[in-house]
Formats: sequence, C-alpha cells, structure tokens
Amino acid sequence: MWDYTDKVKDLYTNPVNVGKMEDANGVGHVGSVVCGDALTLYIKVEDGIIKDASFETFGCGSAIASSSALTEMIKGKTVEEAEKITNADIVEFLGGLPEQKIHCSVMGSEALINAIADYRGEKPPVEDEPEGQIICFCKNITDVDLRKAIREHNIKDVDTLMEVTEAGSVCGSCIPRMEDILEEELAKPCEENVCEEGAMTNLQKIHKIEDVINRIIRPGLKRDGGDVELVDVQGDDVVVKLHGACSTCVSAFATLQHFVQEELRKNVSEKINVKHI
Amino acid sequence: MTKHVYLDNNATTMVAPEALEAMLPFYKERYGNASSMYSFGGLVAKDLDAARHRVAELLGAEFDYEITFTGCATESDNMAVRGLLSYYRNKKHIITSTVEHPAIISLCRQLEKEGYRVTYVPVDKNGVVDVNYLKESVDDDTALVSIMHANNETGVIMPVEEIGAFLKEKKIPFHVDGVQAAGKIPVDVNKINCDLYSISAHKFHGPKGVGALYVRKGTRMRPLMIGGHQEKGRRPGTENVAGIVGMGVAAKMAVENLEKESSLAALRDRLQKGILERVKTASVNGGDVLRTPNTTNISFEFIEGESILLYLDQKGIYVSTGSACSTGSLEPSHVLRAMDLPFSKIHGSIRFSLSRYTTEEEVDYVLQELPGVIQTLLEISPFWDNEKGEGKIME
Ligand SMILES: Cc1ncc(COP(=O)(O)O)c(C=O)c1O
Repeated sequence: MWDYTDKVKDLYTNPVNVGKMEDANGVGHVGSVVCGDALTLYIKVEDGIIKDASFETFGCGSAIASSSALTEMIKGKTVEEAEKITNADIVEFLGGLPEQKIHCSVMGSEALINAIADYRGEKPPVEDEPEGQIICFCKNITDVDLRKAIREHNIKDVDTLMEVTEAGSVCGSCIPRMEDILEEELAKPCEENVCEEGAMTNLQKIHKIEDVINRIIRPGLKRDGGDVELVDVQGDDVVVKLHGACSTCVSAFATLQHFVQEELRKNVSEKINVKHI
Repeated sequence: MTKHVYLDNNATTMVAPEALEAMLPFYKERYGNASSMYSFGGLVAKDLDAARHRVAELLGAEFDYEITFTGCATESDNMAVRGLLSYYRNKKHIITSTVEHPAIISLCRQLEKEGYRVTYVPVDKNGVVDVNYLKESVDDDTALVSIMHANNETGVIMPVEEIGAFLKEKKIPFHVDGVQAAGKIPVDVNKINCDLYSISAHKFHGPKGVGALYVRKGTRMRPLMIGGHQEKGRRPGTENVAGIVGMGVAAKMAVENLEKESSLAALRDRLQKGILERVKTASVNGGDVLRTPNTTNISFEFIEGESILLYLDQKGIYVSTGSACSTGSLEPSHVLRAMDLPFSKIHGSIRFSLSRYTTEEEVDYVLQELPGVIQTLLEISPFWDNEKGEGKIME
C-alpha cells in the first residue's frame, strides 16, 4: 500500500470544503471517469479575494487530500496570489506524496487554473502531457520521458540514454526495459520522408479512419459519456475534437493518444499521429 | 477494540496454525540438509516425501514424483512455459488468454520479443475464456497452451477440462495456472488432462516462498536452472524444507476442508447479496458464471476504488481494487478491461476474497460499514448528483 503522510491520511478521512457550491463564480474541472480521477473546483471571488472554495473529487486517497488541501490553501488569498500556487506547494502542504501520486497534486493546480480562467470569463486552458508508465522507479522516469529523449537527442544506444535521462543510473534494474523502448523507437519508420506503405490513396485512408472512429472508437468513448469527432486529416496527422466527459480531462491526452491512436495505428497505419484541438 | 476483517485472501492467506507448528522444528533442532545421509535431524527427506504426497493428493496426481517444489507460483509458471519451449525448440507459437496473471502474461510478452508468436484468447463479458477461439488458434507450430484454472480478480472458473480434452487429442502440452483454484475447489489433473499445473502455498494457508509444479509423468521439458540433483534436477538448489513441510500440512487441511466449500460460498453470497441490496450503484463482475466460492468482484460506479479501499482500511476492513490508482503502473485492471467493462466500473471495482476463517459476524460488519463509505464518496464525487441521487456521467 502507499506510504501516505499523516496529513494526507487525515485529509482524505476528513476532507474539508466538500461539495458543490451553488453560488460559485469560478468553476474548474479536470479529469474524467476514463482517466480514473477527476476534480471539480468551485471558487467564490469577492473584491478580488477568494472568499470560499469547495470541491468534488473522483479519485484515490491522495486525490481527495490534494483537493481538500487546495481549497484550504486558496481561501482568503487574492486571485493573483492563488494563481502562483503550484502543485509543488500542494505536495509541501501535504508533507509529501508518493512519486506515483504526484499527478494528483497536478490535477489540483490545473483545476485551479481552470477555475480562475472561468472566473475571468476565459476558456479553460486545457493542456497536458501523456503520463506514460514508470520505467525507472528510482528516478521516476516514464516511457514517455524516455521516448521523448530518444527522439529529441537522436539517441542510438542505452548508455547515452542513461546519461541523458539518468534513468537506470541507480539500481539498474530497468536497463533491459530501457533497451526495449530504445529498440522500439529506433524501429519506428522515419517521420519525414514517407517510407514504404501498402499503397493507399489519401481518400482511401480518410475513409478508413472514419470507419475505425465510427465503428470502434466512438462506441468505446460513448460508454463513458465521451465522444470524438474527426476534424481533419493532414498526411498522417489525424486531428480530432473531444466531447463530453473527456473534453476537459487532464489526462485526456493520455487516453486520446493511447486509445484513439492505438486503434488507428492498429487498423489503418502504424504512422498515424493523433492531434487534439 | 479495533477490528481486523481480512478479505484479501486471493492476495495471500493467514498461515494455518497447524502448518506453522509443523514448520518450526525445521528452523530449530531439525536443520539438517535433506540430502545428507546421516541420521541427524531424523531423515529430513522423509518429511519432504510426506509433503509431496499431500500436495499430490491435493491435485489428484497419480504419482508423488509428479510434484516438483519451487520457490513460488511465478517460478512454477515460468518453469512450465520456458521448460516446454526449450524442449520443443522448433515450435514457436504459444496460446494463452487475455486475463492471465502477470506471471504468465508478462512472460508471454517477453517471449514475443524473443521471436515467439502468442495468441491471447479473449474472454466474454463474464470473463470466461472463449474455447472455440482457442481451438481455432491451434496450428502445427503451437508449442503449448497455458490457461488459468480460476481468475485471481474475479474468481471466474475457466473451462479447463474442455480445453484439456481437446489438447490431449491434438497432443499439445497444456499448462494450467491453478494458483487460485487449488484448495478452493476440487482439482483433478487427470480430469483436466493437463500436463502441468502450478500452485502456490501461501494462497491456501501455507507459508510464502514455496510453490509447486505438477509435471505429468513423461512430460518433456528442460530445467530453468542447472545445478544439483534436488527435485531430480528439475529444480536444483537446497530445498526450503520448512516451507515445503508447511505446504504439505496446508494441502492436507485444504483437502479436508473442501467439503465446507458450500458454506464458504453461502457466506460470500450473503456478502454479495447484502451489498447489492444496500448499495444501488453496485454491480457484480463475473457473477453469472461458475466462480471460486470465496471471491466476489464488485464495481461501485461513480467513485474510485482506492478511496473505497482506504476508507475501509480505516474501519479495519481489508480488500483490494482493480483501479488504476492502486497499482504502481497506474494501469487499471487488464482483467476487467478484457471483460469489456466501462472505465467507470473498472476504476470503482473492489475484490472481496474470503477464506474458511472468515466469519458471518465479519461479513455482517462489512455490510454495516460499507454503505456509509460508498455514500460519503458519492457525495464528494463530481459524477454523482446528490439531489437526484443518480450518476451524471452521461451529461
Ligand atoms: C493466478 C495466479 N498466478 C500466479 C500467481 C503468482 O503467485 P506467487 O506470487 O506465489 O508467485 C498468483 C498470485 O497472485 C496468481 O493469482
């Protein structure tokens, strides 16, 4: 089981500021059922000061504790002060979080960003990175981090990958998995000049993409209240728009990349990249 | 008084006091090596023989020598699969299912990297392996089939006898991961017609760190490790004598207690029925088919499993969850995903696994405490409408 601090335990057992706020003038929502955690943050701002804050959370112990902590931290602060709060501040308030649970605090700071944007009448600035799977547990480095490093630094061998990312530099037990990831990345077809591909005209490709989205992807997302719409196809880039439960999801990108891209790659072409607007 | 209601017996079990008692002399005065010829400690090898016989009886094996002791079921699983592959070197195809334990599924992924072709047979909504799909997947290149007897997350029992009969005719080696079945339901390797069967002592009130692999007489395989003559060279290395003796006692007790199986099922059903009556957002996963008598896997929609687990922990109730948050990898249960459950149910899934030591009073305590926990979490969930008293995911 996770090694939670007493503060975290205390806050998930007895969270404060729980529930919907009817007269909130800023609401920020991140996450979805698909991702496994979600948070709605309500704030009431008067004269530039956050007079009240409350939350609703779907998530694990640390997600509840992070949400509760956040409401305590922002109450009484000006919007400008609150805006400076980072996920690291939430972690500090909680006396620390297990590495794999840091994203719960990130969810808090992102909900805050969205709530403040909502208060100001702006669009919630949804932005996110896919989380990936932790490969190096000593240094908390994911496969996504490794793949990014491999591409950015054009890495060809595992020693360089270790040097650049520091993954595998402590106990070394993840080095074989790093090698696998490196191998997978190096085996990927080059992105620039289109390599071999069973001849498919652009029109055929678009039809195929449409078919896979309608037949496989949409039913999958709809069950959880989400939906996806095909916006454009530019070469191998498939641009989609998300609706419903997924549209404000922090990890929507992870879900999107993983699910939509996997299905399209499997059914249409290995080279497809999914983009979200 | 703090209560402790342990309902995570599919993860591991309490060591039966009788098993522990039988083990202790081997940590004290009888520390001699089972291979030694002198009488010091009183011929430890005899105790190993007795344990082997008891484990053979648990599995319905014809000969005691068909039992090889290992360090755990993960080792048994690896030994079975790799052992067969290294004998049948020119066959490169493996058949398994999408709901296996990581001891098999991760091994198969590794084997794919080593050049093997793996068919992952899908399951239906209840989590039962599709036998026809399996049958159609077999070809001349198939080296082995490995299917679990009962699933660790749902308790769902697989049609291993039907698969075994088919494979026997096709002369394809069949390994069964029986970790969650042995000691819970009657096992008969001769009815199943499997060649190999893996078990782990700590899942049926034996000690941790000892497992066994049933290897049918005449099965061709090579050892994973090379060393001395122990376990006839199949698994060299000085035996974990105390552990093996403990496993033997646990096996004997499991056989004796199998008759009480139906009362355990009744207790599980009392829990399951009670939960469904009290919590309207609850639903059972794999509930329509044959299951081990101790397990029920229940989804609580609109809330997240780890928070349920933590709240129950504070009440002294210990369970597990298939939610993404509970695992180091942050991946939700591959078993429930294979059953095509919506994410909202997967993230809120809780596994209750009882044992013969579970009491009616403990079950009633859970029924008393659980509804409040679920209600509290629903009230703070953004996917629950407190006024209407219903979920609001489908907005
Ligand atoms: C179905 C199944 N197979 C294999 C194992 C691995 O057993 P062990 O941890 O003893 O190696 C388990 C344990 O959870 C299991 O449930």
